[in-house]
Amino acid sequence: MESTEQPRNVSGSMQSPRSPSSLPYLSVSVTDPVKLGNGVQAYISYRVITKTNFPEYQGPEKIVIRRYSDFVWLRDRLFEKYKGIFIPPLPEKSAVEKFRFSAEFIEMRRAALDIFVNRIALHPELQLSEDLRTFLQADEETMDRFRFQETGIFKKKPADLMQMLWDVQSKVSDAVLGKEKPVEESTPDYEKLKHYIFELENHLAEAQKHAYRLVKRHRELGQSLLDFGKAVKLLGASEGEPTGKAFSDLGTKSELLSIKLQKEAQQVLMNFEEPLKDYVRYVQSIKATIADRGTAFRQHCELAETTKLKEINLDKLMLTRSDKVGEAEIEYREIKAESEEATIKFERIVKRMNEEIMRFQEQKTEEMGVAFHQFAKGQARLANSIADAWRALLPKLEASASV
Amino acid sequence: MMGSENDEESHLHSSRKDMENLVLGDPLTRSDLNGDKSNSGYRSAMSTLSDSRHPSIVVTPADSDPLSAPPSYSDYQTLRSNPIGGDSSYIEPPSYADVIFSPFDDNSEINGSDDGGSRHSHSSDSLSRSPSSLSSDYIKVTVSSPQKEQETTNQMIPGGSTYITYQITTRTNLPDYGGSDFSVRRRFRDVVTLGDRLAESYRGFCIPPRPDKSVVESQVMQKQEFVEQRRLALEKYLRRLVAHPVIRNSDELKCFLQAQGKLPLPTSTDVASRMLDGAVKLPKQLFGEGGGASVVEVVQPARGGRDLLRLFKELRQSVSNDWGGSKPPVVEEDKEFLEKKEKMQDLEQQIINASQHAESLVKAQQDMGETMGELGLTFIKLTKFENDEAVFNSQRGRANDMKNLATAAVKASRFYRELNSQTVKHLDTLHEYLGLMMAVQGAFADRSSALLTVQTLLSELSSLEARAEKLEAASSKVFGGDKSRIRKIEELKETIKNTEDAKNVAIRQYERIKENNWFEVERLDRERRADFLNMMKGFVVNQVGYAEKIGNVWAKVAEETSQYNRESS
Repeated sequence: MESTEQPRNVSGSMQSPRSPSSLPYLSVSVTDPVKLGNGVQAYISYRVITKTNFPEYQGPEKIVIRRYSDFVWLRDRLFEKYKGIFIPPLPEKSAVEKFRFSAEFIEMRRAALDIFVNRIALHPELQLSEDLRTFLQADEETMDRFRFQETGIFKKKPADLMQMLWDVQSKVSDAVLGKEKPVEESTPDYEKLKHYIFELENHLAEAQKHAYRLVKRHRELGQSLLDFGKAVKLLGASEGEPTGKAFSDLGTKSELLSIKLQKEAQQVLMNFEEPLKDYVRYVQSIKATIADRGTAFRQHCELAETTKLKEINLDKLMLTRSDKVGEAEIEYREIKAESEEATIKFERIVKRMNEEIMRFQEQKTEEMGVAFHQFAKGQARLANSIADAWRALLPKLEASASV
Repeated sequence: MMGSENDEESHLHSSRKDMENLVLGDPLTRSDLNGDKSNSGYRSAMSTLSDSRHPSIVVTPADSDPLSAPPSYSDYQTLRSNPIGGDSSYIEPPSYADVIFSPFDDNSEINGSDDGGSRHSHSSDSLSRSPSSLSSDYIKVTVSSPQKEQETTNQMIPGGSTYITYQITTRTNLPDYGGSDFSVRRRFRDVVTLGDRLAESYRGFCIPPRPDKSVVESQVMQKQEFVEQRRLALEKYLRRLVAHPVIRNSDELKCFLQAQGKLPLPTSTDVASRMLDGAVKLPKQLFGEGGGASVVEVVQPARGGRDLLRLFKELRQSVSNDWGGSKPPVVEEDKEFLEKKEKMQDLEQQIINASQHAESLVKAQQDMGETMGELGLTFIKLTKFENDEAVFNSQRGRANDMKNLATAAVKASRFYRELNSQTVKHLDTLHEYLGLMMAVQGAFADRSSALLTVQTLLSELSSLEARAEKLEAASSKVFGGDKSRIRKIEELKETIKNTEDAKNVAIRQYERIKENNWFEVERLDRERRADFLNMMKGFVVNQVGYAEKIGNVWAKVAEETSQYNRESS
């Protein structure tokens, strides 16, 4: 069932205005990652804390335990039900085994999941989802049950089955009708949008790649400074005075700066590279919505055509006063209803997408702005502390030289 | 930029060769430092001393007997009775050739006191290293224009062997050179000859090591690359030679740099054949067959393979030394020497280690700059894209933010690369000293072999004397004397006298080499300290400067995006 309720007016931030209970709010935190289970079965569980005054929810605060696959369930459900809305993306399931449980990875995932749920909670339509309520409130056993039901074709809803049949049928009728290409929307604005999204993904992927490399460069520079510092200290020990002390001071500084670089590397990863990755995921989510829209459009087109054919057929039968008229009329009415529904579905997707695109652009400008600002600040801070550290060494070098 | 074709190798290898390829532009050499840092005060002070320098050098033309060239500063003070290390004069070792043909020749007078004296009055203003040659300012050598030439003897054979010559251009105002600009063509073989002759003439000195023959590399590498690598190595080598306060004035070097046409220095094959003569003469000398070899021939260290008999004796001697046979002359000093030697070896290890990590640091800085630049370019593309496709204002706003970020990233990238090219120049000092540490090893080796020569002669002497005693004892029993036996005794006595003289020469030579060692190591230590402190200072100042620049660039962006500041603090 598609949700057609009116979006609620919700304050976007955690802080409530003057009368705290008057404005509706729904805010979530994903916290306290804990490793559970053993060996290959091991996984991370998170505490999900919901604070809300929505009437549909049980009480002002609720805490549940969730794992990554629960989040995946939620997203899949929302994607199925809310066609046309850009469902917020999830962080990837990690590929590398040994990286799965490193502190940095866990923290990054936690932060990403927190952003994921909050984006849903702040979305005017998505926040009313029943599945969201289940996710935020159901006890763990119920959640497990829901999650296990999701797998396999047999668990698909009738609407999904219908969709699949339509896909197959449309391909057949295309062949019958001698059509080569599937029907596609080709309004100039929509074409432009599609082109934009596909190009954007390429650009962003490249930017993210370089951002990741930059993180690595920070780490490498840090490591080389550490090694250099150690080597220089040994050299100083071998030289003796007066250069010995100078080398020792130089080496110590070098080691100190190495630590600063490692720290900055982590910051760049979390505050710059990760937002870029998220941006890419978002664009991929939009692509999935574009695919959905394509399918809905085809359905709408083909059902409209079929309806027309049925109508023509009915008119023919009526003219010839055939006894098949009754049957044909029933068929015609059924097809017409389906066609109307398909059209409504399609138009809803179009409307949603228009709103979503504007929302998306604004959101991304804000999020990227924050990321750029943090990156620039971090780089400036790093550079300044490097300058300060080396500068402090100069009088010591002068002292050694004048010995 | 950083010799990107050598990126992979330079990161992995520690050899100087790779680092040479990494050097950007014109690396600072000591000779440049000398030239640039001298001031007129020094010049006027030293001009008085320069009068006492050697008379102008006669460079013998190629066709004259190579053995008599170059005659100038051959040192006959060792053959006269000069107090060992009496004055502060820089006593230079005899050239093998000179001694053979003109012993006790008073012609060539050396007064190296300018170098010695100046050394002691050297102010230790270590941060601005005073020029090591004090009587002049400037000598700069450049190697260029490699050219293929045909081996003349093989002209009959089609496609006969070719070789490469390089143009060697010198600019100088050293009075000794009698000219300010000159240019010659030399091939690599000439460089080998130069190196070998210097090694003979300057025993005990820290002579910069000459470039490798690199036989394998010459086959494996691309011709052009190899020639360029070699050209660079030659330039570096020659620049080090002219930076050396004593060697820069050597006849061998002057010859090499100035003499037009064929290099008028004896090649190693010539020297080898003389050695063979020497080896042939030695047994005659030992077994008293008359016509003993000249004293000084004997005094040269035995070279592998050519002077087999003596080599064998010296080996035996060194073994018996180890087993506490005849005691080496002054034990105490040797202990100090051994400590110094060990210290030098440890130092060398640390310099190698430090220069390896310096290479890695340089690479990391370069990579950072590169990636930062690539990031900047990507965002510039994104900016254009968003602007072109913009439907909403939020897109234009984002495009603007990206542009600011991109501009900063590109600027920062440039700064990183500039920082790096400066860093290379400074840290190159470490690589320079790797070469010089090898020179120290050479100097120490000269000393050890001279000592071995002394000890060999000592033990020879004692065994000869023992034989003489025995013969005398035997002949005294026979009344009236056996004519042949008496003759034998006389011959033996003459051999003993020769050996005695040789021993004295060897001892004086050893002492002189020890002194050369000492001076050289002192000089090297002093110069190295100053150079390393300069290096550190330069490195640090560089880092500060560029860190400030980079910081400013990013501070600007932080300012431009301050509306996105979400921090509570």
